[in-house]
Amino acid sequence: MPKNRLFDTLNVMFISIFSILCTLPLILIFIVSFTDEKMIQMNGYQLLPEKFSFEAYNLLLFGNTPLYQSYFISILITVIGTTIAVLITGLAGYTLSSMHIKYRNQLAMFFFITMVFNTGIVPWYLISSGLGLQNTIWALIIPSMLFNPFNLFLVRNYMKQIPNTLTEAARIDGANDIYIAFRICFPLSLPVLATITLFYGIGYWNNWFNAIMLVDNEKLYPLQYLLFKLNSEISMIQQMQSMMNTSPTTVLPSESVKMATAILTIGPIVLFYPFLQKYFIKGLLIGSVKE
Amino acid sequence: MNEARKRDSIFRELQKNFTAYILVLPAAVYTIIFGYLTMPYMLIAFQKFNYKTGIFGSPWIGFDNFKFFFSSSRAWQITFNTIKLNLLFIVFGTLVALILAILFNELRSRLFSKITQSTILFPHFLSWVVVSYILYSIFSTDYGIANRTLTSLNLSSVNWYSSPEYWTAILVGSSVWKDIGISLVIYLAAITGIDGSYYEAGRIDGANRWQLIRHITIPLLFPTIIILSLLALGKIMYGSFDMIYAIVKDNGLLYPTTDVIDTYVFRSLRNIGNPAQAMAIGLYQAVVGFILVYGSNKIVKKINPDNALF
Repeated sequence: MPKNRLFDTLNVMFISIFSILCTLPLILIFIVSFTDEKMIQMNGYQLLPEKFSFEAYNLLLFGNTPLYQSYFISILITVIGTTIAVLITGLAGYTLSSMHIKYRNQLAMFFFITMVFNTGIVPWYLISSGLGLQNTIWALIIPSMLFNPFNLFLVRNYMKQIPNTLTEAARIDGANDIYIAFRICFPLSLPVLATITLFYGIGYWNNWFNAIMLVDNEKLYPLQYLLFKLNSEISMIQQMQSMMNTSPTTVLPSESVKMATAILTIGPIVLFYPFLQKYFIKGLLIGSVKE
Repeated sequence: MNEARKRDSIFRELQKNFTAYILVLPAAVYTIIFGYLTMPYMLIAFQKFNYKTGIFGSPWIGFDNFKFFFSSSRAWQITFNTIKLNLLFIVFGTLVALILAILFNELRSRLFSKITQSTILFPHFLSWVVVSYILYSIFSTDYGIANRTLTSLNLSSVNWYSSPEYWTAILVGSSVWKDIGISLVIYLAAITGIDGSYYEAGRIDGANRWQLIRHITIPLLFPTIIILSLLALGKIMYGSFDMIYAIVKDNGLLYPTTDVIDTYVFRSLRNIGNPAQAMAIGLYQAVVGFILVYGSNKIVKKINPDNALF
């Protein structure tokens, strides 16, 4: 069937081109981050620059930059936040999925209502600042990030499939709910727990909303917010420059520094991508199959 | 009598499964604080709110905040922009994902399919701030690829960041680019879920590949398409703040086509510092948003009860 063969070839070509086009913008900022600043000023951003330079990374990694501090903050909030969030969600999911809990459906409704009725950012802001979270590390961990009812329902639906006989047998043997949750339900729900770990983790890593709303202290800027500020405030780069004690005659690598910072924030995502992708797709497919 | 018995049974249930209810407590407390306790704050939309006196001490002013908002021309502009952008995101997102899913399904090599899916899904994991950098590298007036290409073709360069007319398309493009991978995965799963015997029957009847797609794949995907679109329609009043604010920031020149309710509310709250005004707009958004979620869910329920949210 030559016609079919032709279609297959065209199809493979089309999809190849499409996925290359999808990555091209990322490749562009990657290359710009290694481009000599003079070349950028002369020729603009290029996919094939004439001269490469490590100046931007040199400045970012070995200068006295806020990058390390922000990296530290981002890792801290991602690790602490994700750990607590997965624990809270997993435990609640256990209770909501347990057949012997009489009010499990009422509890589900209780969580569900807040999912549908969104009151917006104003009450959110007033409550978060009312709790005294402003300019603390908790401002980046607690509000809107620490628990998401959508993830709760993912966990509940998954745990519902665990055969009742397993948990009942343990209960008859005298095991309490904490034991059953940690020793029976969680080990059997590892895929869904991995999925929500990923959802929460990515959420924390990419979040800058909490920072823009609740944090003014530069020491607390997470990576994404530093990046956001870097693009609008060129003074930040000049600050770095002055800390480096470079002579004022050298060209300020402001464009390449911006792109290098962007690349450095993507780094961990690239590193974890195989894991991310696997459990993300699993989560999507669990999520789209309801009860 | 009945009441007392009911209370008694609640008490007994709590006592019997005390540990299990303790396990759900952290999530419940969180939901009370950041869910239910936010609701009374909506009332400040009817107040001249003062941070010092709080919700109990601020004077009530009726609908003044709403009047102020709806009498400005901005009200209609941001409502229009929010709905316009979301509709375009839905239409183009669905269309591109559908075409891609059908093409992906025809691929013979699983390895090739996996690798290309991975590439297309990747941008979803980036933050909008990173995406704003990418857009900047393309549209920056001095260094951007777009202008360099235009000048090399002897065309005059464009001041992208001060020309609002281009940004509807740019935003739709970025949204499709970033999130197409998810819809692709969902549609591809829906296609894989189609019973193989339909295709077998079609092939026996002598249908070619295009006919199989047209008369089997597309019609059987229709429920999925409608449900995903309706669920997205329910959220049409919520423009994603993350996206618009990361890309546009406080660039007033671009507001005519890019300013949405969420960014406007943000500015009223943070830049202008008027929470009551911001809440009035937020309340308008929440009420219309809720009606839309409720309405679209009702339609979804009619089509396929399993896919309804509630």
